[in-house]
Amino acid sequence: MADQLPQVLVLRPPPVFTLLETQFSQKFHFLRAWESPLPTADFLATHAASVKAVLCSGDTPITGDILRHLPSLQLIVTTSAGLNHINLPECRRRSISIASAGEIFSDDCADLAVGLLMDVLRKISAADRFIRAGLWPIRGEYRLGSKLGGKRVGIVGLGSIGLEVAKRLEAFGCIISYNSRRKKANISYPFYSNVCELAANSNALIICCALTDETCHMINKEVMKALGKEGVIINIGRGSIIDEKELVQCLVQGEIGGAGLDVFENEPDVPRELFTLDNVVLSPHVAVYTPESFSDLYDLMVGNLEAFFSNKPLLSPVLDE
Amino acid sequence: MESIGVLLTSPMNPYLEQELGKRFKLFRFWDFPSADDFFREHSKSIRAVVGSSFIGADAQMIEALPKMEIVSSFSVGLDKIDLVRCKEKGIRVTNTPDVLTEDVADLALALILATLRRICESDRYVRSGAWKRGDFKLTTKFTGKSVGIIGLGRIGSAIAKRAEGFSCPISYHSRTEKPGTNYKYYPSVVELASNCQILVVACALTPETRHIINREVINALGPKGVVINIGRGLHVDEPELVSALVEGRLGGAGLDVFENEPNVPEELLALDNVVLLPHVGSGTVETRKDMADLVLGNLEAHFLNKPLLTPVV
Repeated sequence: MADQLPQVLVLRPPPVFTLLETQFSQKFHFLRAWESPLPTADFLATHAASVKAVLCSGDTPITGDILRHLPSLQLIVTTSAGLNHINLPECRRRSISIASAGEIFSDDCADLAVGLLMDVLRKISAADRFIRAGLWPIRGEYRLGSKLGGKRVGIVGLGSIGLEVAKRLEAFGCIISYNSRRKKANISYPFYSNVCELAANSNALIICCALTDETCHMINKEVMKALGKEGVIINIGRGSIIDEKELVQCLVQGEIGGAGLDVFENEPDVPRELFTLDNVVLSPHVAVYTPESFSDLYDLMVGNLEAFFSNKPLLSPVLDE
Repeated sequence: MESIGVLLTSPMNPYLEQELGKRFKLFRFWDFPSADDFFREHSKSIRAVVGSSFIGADAQMIEALPKMEIVSSFSVGLDKIDLVRCKEKGIRVTNTPDVLTEDVADLALALILATLRRICESDRYVRSGAWKRGDFKLTTKFTGKSVGIIGLGRIGSAIAKRAEGFSCPISYHSRTEKPGTNYKYYPSVVELASNCQILVVACALTPETRHIINREVINALGPKGVVINIGRGLHVDEPELVSALVEGRLGGAGLDVFENEPNVPEELLALDNVVLLPHVGSGTVETRKDMADLVLGNLEAHFLNKPLLTPVV
């Protein structure tokens, strides 16, 4: 009896929704906006006046305009850890609650960050390409990489993900320091209040922070110059934290040593210049793409929605900081 | 020492080659059309051999160089050196332990992450333009997965320490159980393989450990299992590994070494669930210099009648 199930609006299906749609649909009645021939605004005006909850992914913008078409909205459940796609001031104004993926992705994101850093330093993908192209018997020994142990790693954003990255890299003998909005209590890693200073004192930067107005294009030409010609940037945050045009230029001109990127300013478009570079590892925004993360995410999204519809506290509410 | 003849078996490191050339009378093995040509001309001139994991000092070479006093290997592995013969003849042998432990252990973890999270495959996915047509697939989580290590020596222990940073339960097999670790010991490789998901080869290659990864072990590891080899190609029954991967009886493999380098079985080149590296375990600028310095230091110590830095025999 789909009609008796609580109603949840989905503008565009998040990957976890598509994967587990059957299970989801047994618990909730979904308004599938993307399947309608109507433009979004008309669809919402016609069908969504009484909608109380929205399920969205990190790349579905929940704009002020959309919010205005949802007068009964009380909850946004996003499958992402990031919130940059949601008009937060408008939500605050209307007391709309938000539940996110919280910390369930932190392990997988940290694993990928470490994997990308190791790939760039030890040239894993490039050497694998070398072998698959049949070049080992022809060209002989492969180029030397760079040792990870002893490298100074600067973590940009020491939240849940950043801390997991730090913990892993410590076991490899890396020296950790960080930049964050505020110095963290009970953390012994050296803190730099300025990301440029962090870069000047690091061999590698790992971007783990959220995308906000303050962090947009925070990694700019100045920061990259401070990092230096041997420096490596790993980005598992959001593409726009880095000035992508500048990054491409720095890489092409050898102003920085290499990059491992899981996110880009305009996914799935990736600057073509990067395809010719051996010191760059490209990843299609898959930091959380494991069955475990998706299964945990399903449980969390369902849990949040069920809690909301039975007037219980949300499992992973986003609290104002 | 400039008159002392030293044979360099292969072009393993430019800095090492340069320094050897400055300090000794250096002979480059690959400059000669054949081994026999070299031995015929220069056998009496060679007092030291600098070998690698590629070409060491086998029985033929030892017999052909009657004045050889020392083999200084640019590797920690000794499988290419006839140690028994060296002992018999009083020939000293040195290698390069410790300085490369971290790099090799790092590479094992890099291979695990690249294999489980399909990092190389997803890089190919982006470069081919496929991302524009759709999302990549789900891969396999690493954190918390069980890691089994064959050989808990310097490198095996360093791998265990790193994997613990990912909350992986660690188990191991070695000739004898090691006191003072919290890791679970299995008396056989098959039992180890039955109880872990990621099996890492980190032991020395000896006649006993040849083909230590065989069909039985691979079957015990199973279709979700992954083999990581940073030891020697001969640790693995390579045709068995290849057929298991092709048939899906084994989940994946991360391989830095092969039975017949630089040749890699063609079937592997077509597989997406493997990561293939050209024997780069110790291949960083920093470590190769440290290894070279150790080789040079050992040779100098020998010819100055001082204690060797890292003697094996």
